[in-house]
Amino acid sequence: MFPNAFQYEAPTSVDEAIRLLTEYGYDSKILAGGQSLLPMMKFRIAAPAVLIDVNGIDDLKGWREENGKLRIGALTRHADAEHATELRDRYPLLSRTARWIADPPIRNRGTICGSLVHADPGSDWGAAMIALRADVEVQGLEGSRLIPIDEFFVDTFATSLEENELAVAVHVPTPNGPVAARYMKLERKAGDFAIAALAVHVVMGKDGRVSEAGIGIGACGPIPLRAAKAEAALVGQPLTEETISTVSKLVPEDADPADDLRGSADYKRDLLRVFAKRALLEIAEELQERVGAE
Amino acid sequence: MALRQTEMRPMGKPIGRKEDPRLIRGKGRYVDDVMLPNMLYLCIVRSPYAHARIRSIDTSAALAAPGVKLVLTGEDLASMNLAWMPTLAGDQQMVMATGKVLFQYQEVAAVVAETRAQAEDAAQLIEVDYEPLPVVVDPFKALAPDAPVLREDKEEKSNHIFHWEAGDREETETLFRDAPVIVSQKVRFPRVHPSPLEPCGCVADYDPAKSKLTLYVTSQAPHVHRTVLAMVSGLPEHQIQVISPDVGGGFGNKVPVYPGYVIAVAASLKLGTPVKWIETRTENVASSHFARDYHMTAEIAAREDGKVLALRVKTIADHGAFDAAADPSKFPAGLFSIVSGSYDFKAAFVEVDGVYTNKAPGGVAYRCSFRVTEASYLIERVMDVLAQRLGMDPAELRLRNFIRKDQFPYKSPTGWVYDSGDYEKTLKLALDRIGYEELRKEQAEKRARGELMGIGISTFTEVVGAGPAHLFDIVGIKMFDSAQIRFHPTGKVIARLGVRHQGQGHETTFAQIIAEELGLSADDVLIEEGDTDTAPYGLGTYASRSTPTAGGAAALCARRIREKARKIAAHLLEVSEDDVTWDGIAFSVKGLPGRSVSMKDVAFAAYTNIPEGLEPGLEATYYYNPPNLTFPHGAYIAVVDIDKGTGAVKVRRFLAVDDCGNVINPMIVDGQVHGGLTEGFAIAFMQDIPYDADGNCLAPNWMDYLVPTSADTPHWETDRTVTPSPHHPIGAKGVGESPNVGSPAAFVNAVVDALSPFGVEHIDMPIFPWKVWSILREHGISE
Repeated sequence: MFPNAFQYEAPTSVDEAIRLLTEYGYDSKILAGGQSLLPMMKFRIAAPAVLIDVNGIDDLKGWREENGKLRIGALTRHADAEHATELRDRYPLLSRTARWIADPPIRNRGTICGSLVHADPGSDWGAAMIALRADVEVQGLEGSRLIPIDEFFVDTFATSLEENELAVAVHVPTPNGPVAARYMKLERKAGDFAIAALAVHVVMGKDGRVSEAGIGIGACGPIPLRAAKAEAALVGQPLTEETISTVSKLVPEDADPADDLRGSADYKRDLLRVFAKRALLEIAEELQERVGAE
Repeated sequence: MALRQTEMRPMGKPIGRKEDPRLIRGKGRYVDDVMLPNMLYLCIVRSPYAHARIRSIDTSAALAAPGVKLVLTGEDLASMNLAWMPTLAGDQQMVMATGKVLFQYQEVAAVVAETRAQAEDAAQLIEVDYEPLPVVVDPFKALAPDAPVLREDKEEKSNHIFHWEAGDREETETLFRDAPVIVSQKVRFPRVHPSPLEPCGCVADYDPAKSKLTLYVTSQAPHVHRTVLAMVSGLPEHQIQVISPDVGGGFGNKVPVYPGYVIAVAASLKLGTPVKWIETRTENVASSHFARDYHMTAEIAAREDGKVLALRVKTIADHGAFDAAADPSKFPAGLFSIVSGSYDFKAAFVEVDGVYTNKAPGGVAYRCSFRVTEASYLIERVMDVLAQRLGMDPAELRLRNFIRKDQFPYKSPTGWVYDSGDYEKTLKLALDRIGYEELRKEQAEKRARGELMGIGISTFTEVVGAGPAHLFDIVGIKMFDSAQIRFHPTGKVIARLGVRHQGQGHETTFAQIIAEELGLSADDVLIEEGDTDTAPYGLGTYASRSTPTAGGAAALCARRIREKARKIAAHLLEVSEDDVTWDGIAFSVKGLPGRSVSMKDVAFAAYTNIPEGLEPGLEATYYYNPPNLTFPHGAYIAVVDIDKGTGAVKVRRFLAVDDCGNVINPMIVDGQVHGGLTEGFAIAFMQDIPYDADGNCLAPNWMDYLVPTSADTPHWETDRTVTPSPHHPIGAKGVGESPNVGSPAAFVNAVVDALSPFGVEHIDMPIFPWKVWSILREHGISE
């Protein structure tokens, strides 16, 4: 359980990290939390010649709200999102997702951006960021650009990042109205990858109808997926039992699960339906209470 | 609340564990903590194929790699006559493959280098040219006449290993012929793995100057390991010292001798330096010995009022590539014939056929007394099938069929003589404590509302504590055990035993036994196990045998010391021996309670003031050959709720009422029960090692072989009844394995009970949510 020998670099600026990425290309890997990379290296499934440890780059730390978005720096750990009480009202999906990730030691080290870049289809953040319609901010030699989350995941373990680009942050739109969210996941045991997972994010308009809906599907395809049909059926509707029933049946239509040790594709599709129904019922109740209180 | 170790008369009290301060603070000394000067590191190259001929192995690049001192292949071991080794089941196993490999992850080559990283780097450079062969994964297909023969080394050209039977075939057939009710159920006990937190490993240190081999090894049975090593290596046994340091869990995984140990020894013999080998998690799960993998069919013949008459069982046992079960020599299916369980069957007939397949070898007794778990699970499961078929409450069916208290000692239809038990009392206590009638009412109400709730009962009987020696041996060595007690002049005691604990708490419980017998506190007694140079010979700790065997030896050894102490006390009290009485704390003069001497006074006198004609010193050794096994039992009840949407099962309550005879330390017994229930829970709901058609292991590490954490584990409720063993010196039985043996059936029975309105009679373990969902879907149930 020892990795192959590797060279270790610890840049202190984003520019230096990009320079190293440019120099070493695919022979290098960025080390942030290391919670997927290091086990893969120990199994010798991954054998990068150079590790570029970005933990010393202060610019990648912390989050701030700007231009109607929450910008989450690349070194934000899962546990930061889990415990950030100041984000819970406007970005409830962050803590609701974070608490489902693996176990506390992994949440203390692993990072949100690292998880996205790793692009495991079972990743919890993949589904959540799809629901949140996030953008990934990446920086390269030519400067930075925003990649919409729907264009970010290309295939299992593959993203649209260029070889010498570094993911520096993820941007989550600030909701425009009362918001509620749920992350639903079933595991074979605590800390296991999901059998199936669903992230649901709903913003309620002043008219009592859904103004924004985001539904991300995890562990049911080669990449995290968007339940686009269900989202479309949800926007503009009041959260009645009838709407919820209709919408939850549409969620599995955008999933692409496979049969494996965790269950059959049919089973996973049905789990998504059940998750959607439960999540939306809870969200409806929560938003009703919230709006009633206001 | 734990009591202090200075407590006098400690027997039966919750004395705080003496080993905890060391282990909890990370100050234990495990095998990977052993660091010796000039120590080298071993890494094993394993087969990616389940069945393949080895055309060639190219080791040249590895030999040239930095830090590499030695590369070994099966051919090298063959030249040392070490390519094969005996298994504890009387089969032989390849240490490293010669000719062909028989399972994925089999040992093919080994690299020894200055650092572990260098060894792993060089291992990658070894090139093996394989010619894949047809793979046999299914044990039933392995028995087909056209199946490829896996074991070319065996005389018999067949994958069939053994046929074994117990009971009376004719009488059983007769009772079946006339029985008004017959139920039959196929039941699989999945392939599971003990998976201790600490994997296996060793440091082999051959000192050419002294011609002595010291082997530090994660062993549950260090003395047996030494004997096997002497037999395999040809080294004289007195020139081998096996030291089993702190062991991070065993659960049966650390009973066998593994190829890695022999390879490390061979490397140390060749190099004359210490060689360390520590398994990775994957090596432990995928190559060290698995447990269970029994394909069983049970039939019960009964009367319509539920009285059982006869039991018939047929089993195919998948042993993988080598029969590496750790069973006593005359018992290729272990003690599986205990399968008639707690019930008074008139006759039983049990057959087991062992089969070779292209899978990792086994199967060891995982927290289980040699296949007792398979037997208990089967009978407890099938009793529920019978109850369901008859429309009878499973508790009522059990009460109607229990062996009655007045029938003990009870001779079972397969020949066991149960020492003692009171099954009715134990079950009634469990039913009462869990509130059985109210739960059944609640269940009826929930069913009316369409909710799924289940109650599962398991009233198992175990058979633990092998010997007696006339019945049981391992590689010919009779299954007794031993204790040696030595008083120091100041009245403090060191006691050494032939067993080797791995979390059972011997440092505390055996100190309690000895302290109780000698009027001391547990604090006065140091327990030492695991070093073959100092401890008396013993067979080791597994099969819940330590208390039944070594515990008995400890008590009898202490009594032997007390006999001599009485003579010394008489001398100190200046009376004749007949006038001396022992009150549990001190010797005094009959009728003169004021005149007394403590055991400490006696110990001091044994070295300073010995009566004429008596040997100085105060010590004794006792080799105890138990007259029979002990038969702990219990009544377990699980209450589950099923999520109709996801198929997930939630264990709402679990009550374990155990009867393990007299209890030495109730806190430690509770801890044992909690641990075993957690393992039983894991087996019932999440553990299996499946293989694909090419023999690829699909759960080779803890990513897919699931080990629960506290986040998964239900709350355990425990209680006890006490039916002492009539033959054990302190009336105790074993307990460590009861919860693993008894609980799987309670969990599965509860889930089946929840689904019984749909006609479900059985679900094979592990009960993953998808299995339940599929059943619900078949019956049109969904959220």
